[in-house]
Amino acid sequence: MQAEITLTVDGTEHRTTVDTRTTVLDLLRERLGVTSPKKGCDHGQCGSCTVLLDGRRHLTCLALAVAHDGAEVVTAAGLADAADDELHPVQQAFLDHDGLQCGYCTPGQVCSAVGMLDEAKQGHPSHVSDDLEAEPELDDDEIRERMSGNLCRCGAYAGILAAVREAARS
Amino acid sequence: MRELAYLRPDDVGDAVAAVSGNPRAQYLGGGTNLVDHLKLGVTSPELLVDVRRLPLDEVEEVAGDDGPVLRVGANVRNSDLAAHPVVRSVFPAVARALLSGASGQIRNQATTAGNLLQRTRCVYFQDVTTACNKRDPGSGCSAIGGYARYNAILGASEACVTTHPSDLAVALAALDATVVVQGPDGERRVPVLELHRLPGDRPEQDTTLAHGELITAVELTAGRLTRRSTYYKARDRASYAFALVSVAGALQLDGDTVTDVRLAWGGVAHRPWRATVAEEALRGSAFSEEAVLAACERELSAAVTSEESAFKVPMVRNVSALVLGRLAKEDR
Amino acid sequence: MTELLPDPVPAQAMGTAHLRADGPAKVTGLATYAVEHPADDALHLWLVQSTVARGRVTRIDPGAALAHPGVVAVLDHTNAPRLVADDPETTDPELLVLQDDRVAFRGQIVAAVLAETSDAAREGAALVAVRYDAEPHRVELRDDSPAYAPESVNPDQPTDTDDGDVEAGLAEADVVLDQTYRTAYEHNNPLEPHALVVTWRDDPDGPRVTMVDSTQGVHPVAATLAPMLGLEKDRVRVRAPYVGGGFGSKGLPHAPEMAAVLAARTVPGRAVRMAVTRQQMFALTGYRTATVSHFRLGARADGTLLAIDHQVREQTSALKEYAEQTATPTRMLYAAPHRRTRHRLVELDVAVPSWMRAPGEMPGVYAHEVAMDELAVACGLDPVELRLRNEPEVDPETGKPFSGRRLVECLERGAELFGWAARAPEPRATVDGEWWVGSGVASATYPTMTQAGSQARVQALGSGRYSVAVGAVDIGTGARTVLAQIAADALGVRVDDVDLQIADTDLPMATVAGGSSGTSSWGSAVVAAAQLFRRDHGDDPDAGVHTTASASQSPGMEEYATHAFGAVFAEARVHRYTGEVRVPRLLGVYSVGRVLNPVTARSQLLGGLTMGLSAALFEESYRDPRHGHVVTQDLATYHVASHADVRGIEAVWLDEEDPHVNPMGSRGIGEIGIVGTPAAVANATFHATGVRVREIPVTADRFVD
Repeated sequence: MQAEITLTVDGTEHRTTVDTRTTVLDLLRERLGVTSPKKGCDHGQCGSCTVLLDGRRHLTCLALAVAHDGAEVVTAAGLADAADDELHPVQQAFLDHDGLQCGYCTPGQVCSAVGMLDEAKQGHPSHVSDDLEAEPELDDDEIRERMSGNLCRCGAYAGILAAVREAARS
Repeated sequence: MRELAYLRPDDVGDAVAAVSGNPRAQYLGGGTNLVDHLKLGVTSPELLVDVRRLPLDEVEEVAGDDGPVLRVGANVRNSDLAAHPVVRSVFPAVARALLSGASGQIRNQATTAGNLLQRTRCVYFQDVTTACNKRDPGSGCSAIGGYARYNAILGASEACVTTHPSDLAVALAALDATVVVQGPDGERRVPVLELHRLPGDRPEQDTTLAHGELITAVELTAGRLTRRSTYYKARDRASYAFALVSVAGALQLDGDTVTDVRLAWGGVAHRPWRATVAEEALRGSAFSEEAVLAACERELSAAVTSEESAFKVPMVRNVSALVLGRLAKEDR
Repeated sequence: MTELLPDPVPAQAMGTAHLRADGPAKVTGLATYAVEHPADDALHLWLVQSTVARGRVTRIDPGAALAHPGVVAVLDHTNAPRLVADDPETTDPELLVLQDDRVAFRGQIVAAVLAETSDAAREGAALVAVRYDAEPHRVELRDDSPAYAPESVNPDQPTDTDDGDVEAGLAEADVVLDQTYRTAYEHNNPLEPHALVVTWRDDPDGPRVTMVDSTQGVHPVAATLAPMLGLEKDRVRVRAPYVGGGFGSKGLPHAPEMAAVLAARTVPGRAVRMAVTRQQMFALTGYRTATVSHFRLGARADGTLLAIDHQVREQTSALKEYAEQTATPTRMLYAAPHRRTRHRLVELDVAVPSWMRAPGEMPGVYAHEVAMDELAVACGLDPVELRLRNEPEVDPETGKPFSGRRLVECLERGAELFGWAARAPEPRATVDGEWWVGSGVASATYPTMTQAGSQARVQALGSGRYSVAVGAVDIGTGARTVLAQIAADALGVRVDDVDLQIADTDLPMATVAGGSSGTSSWGSAVVAAAQLFRRDHGDDPDAGVHTTASASQSPGMEEYATHAFGAVFAEARVHRYTGEVRVPRLLGVYSVGRVLNPVTARSQLLGGLTMGLSAALFEESYRDPRHGHVVTQDLATYHVASHADVRGIEAVWLDEEDPHVNPMGSRGIGEIGIVGTPAAVANATFHATGVRVREIPVTADRFVD
């Protein structure tokens, strides 16, 4: 079955017809030419397809496009200010700390980090928070746990940690 | 041609009617498990009824017969529930169970009801080229004699030896939560312990819900016991992994005497396993690690293991001792 | 084209930190990987895999698939274009896709569906009905499986070696260790699945194939596919501007690439797009064989080795032989007068194994270094000290001097940085709350290779700028950054004045990004071209003049044994209740010649350490003996290290250069990080618990009772 939906991607509104089976990820990559979110596993097991969807970090491979009619998507490409050729501070930190190698998981890592920092700011606890009721402090173990939904096979975790640590401070 | 129709009703009644009226209709919540299954061919519904935007996304504190009740809407996201101040302070086992599940992204998408209704991650269930009674009734169980590391050790049947993957369900089982269900004929309340079932000869049936019944809320009654609760998930990978075994526990001591205790196990059975035999053995006795280990041994005397799953017996016993030991330390 | 022996290059940019040149494109996601390349009106291809492990396809019914909206065609062995298969030199059995009805392993490609969208292709693939005549299969690597000696082991090394008299050495020894060590099947699992966009055009002058592929070598892909397609290599153009990791699995083209090219041939002029699914990768894109290493070590009471005997059993595929060189590092790691190595293969009806990061060295050194740890315990020696006592003067295998062997310094420096001196001599001696705590060490080594055949072109662009072109591929190694540094130094210009072009067969020939040889091989060619360019065109060349050259092998490569070395130290904590293993500290100290870019080099070494940690604790592909395929075929059931698993991790290196290998003074660094790490972690779990686990992964269940 086909359905007509609207999706705003990095500030651009797209009105399009999709098969009901189509995921947001496939819609972005195959129909809208937005390839910043990556397909690493297509089953919610790697995090490469992470975007900010209505402001929160979200996997697009497990999201049916038809169910997200009206949603606002920000990809790693949209985080950077293309007009000014300026990277988002999280992206700059990834660069400065070499928090990447092949780059395939990187846009997802970046979006995840941005979403995660916002969650921490709102006081969300994590699996490694000793005191569930305390305001979380983003120490290294907290960052590692909160970023664990993004696998990096190149093993750039040390650089990613340093990058997120720096972004958390600023 | 396999068409997939999609419907997004505005109210619960319409949603229930839509699914009840079509045996090949399924509810779509956060989609984190169902979309996976659509791609794998594990399921091929002809109609998806999207309930994610139904107004079931509030967490409310209401008065109940046995104390204050936290009523959690079915659509409350796992991350929001874990971050809720009442859950963090009054139901820590629930918060910890949620936070140990999946990843930050998935917790942002997955709903409370969807978490309870997620299906097994048994590798054969997810591989349509192999036999699986749960996916294809009567085809056989490939997990028997196959990859067995995540198999059940309690309550399995010849038809199915898999485990339930939810962390949340284990915590809710320990805290005697109630599930509110809307069916075509009205609302009913189901103790969460009666929501999931053992496989028996109908492993295709994960729960006791009838087709078309929709979980609208989960209710948790607060008490001294729920405040002294926690959850431990044992796994090889430190994060983003399903449990080898997990334990939700709650403990109330008077001096050294166990006045009340709850123990529920994950990763060992087709449903969250409430260790009632162990609880009974501990209730009224003097608390000690040895006592917990012995009580769990009694519960586990019924365990059936294979070479690959045998480790779960000592592991779940030890984790129970760890969990109750931590709670005892808090209580003293 | 000239070949010359390049002079050593004075280091200016080399050795200094340069941020990853393609970093901005990658952090925004604007770097374009293979399947993302735009192509008008492209068709999507989806593979159909066999559901038996051995037998014949008796019938394929594409009817239901063809009836599905969007499905354009179904390819199978009855209608797929024929490949050239009459020359054994150029025929790769793995690539004979859809050529006959034989099924050699479960998961083999038996059909492929072309459709207008990927959804339709996937749905169509599920509707292709395939019938088989199944035959009994052998898919288990068992201790009693019949095994044979291959003619050589990867890439071209002796199967067996004998020096002295091992039995006599063992008889003379005061201490004899006799143990068996096992490593699991592992899958490379780069985050970017294998993928390509390919177009076949029937041009007036003959067919022309253009592809954007996810590969570690564009030239090797063209060279491998072209003859089987009946084409000259220059009729196949391959590009790979960005590649999302490979770790060996993209070192050679695999069956899916050929399937896509065949599909493209049926729709000339129209692009075919295919991404292998994560699940399909477990059958179709290579993996590391499981290994069984039987080790016997004989030593004097003081730990001096007298005999080393390493006998390996591993598996290969009936479809195509691949012999992992598991015992080869044993031939050179330590001194001993009596030594023997053996490789034996069990041929199974399984998917084709291939390269995975440090093939041979990873499983072989794991076994050797756990055996050494056991020997240290048996001799009552500190494990570092045992290794120091067995340092060879020259390469035990060839008798040549080492171009540099500073393993002792790596061990000593690592011991100092790690705080090894404070380590309790006895195992199971340290408890911290709920955890047993221990530490372990292992040596690491990896051969230093420069592959022949790479060429580079240098062209003046005017205003002091230069174009430097080499058909190399950056799979995340940092080649794009490092080659520009090398070129800048070889030309005597700033890095910013170098316009580096890579990843296209239209550029000069370059060998594969593999064997930790990429930078050395391509960099040598770049230096040769730059130096010849200066010789021919001077320091102020006219815009447009250019020079292409390749480098002849450094004479040092013949005179010396060339290897990278390292020492890995790990702290392991094992939970007293659950057996869960965590590694709070991991340190690698390396001797790798000149480190050309400390930023990208550190990342590569850390990446190797991380993958080694992952192998030590998690990675295992479970092949179901009844079915023949790996059933842990996704990233939820095949675990790789997550961020939470990688805690304190550091890589450092000795300040040095190796003058004998190449004009840059560097050795390869891509693989050594994974070597030794699984042993260091495993040894640390023994030290923590007193429980010796002789296989990887070392999982929680081993410590719980």
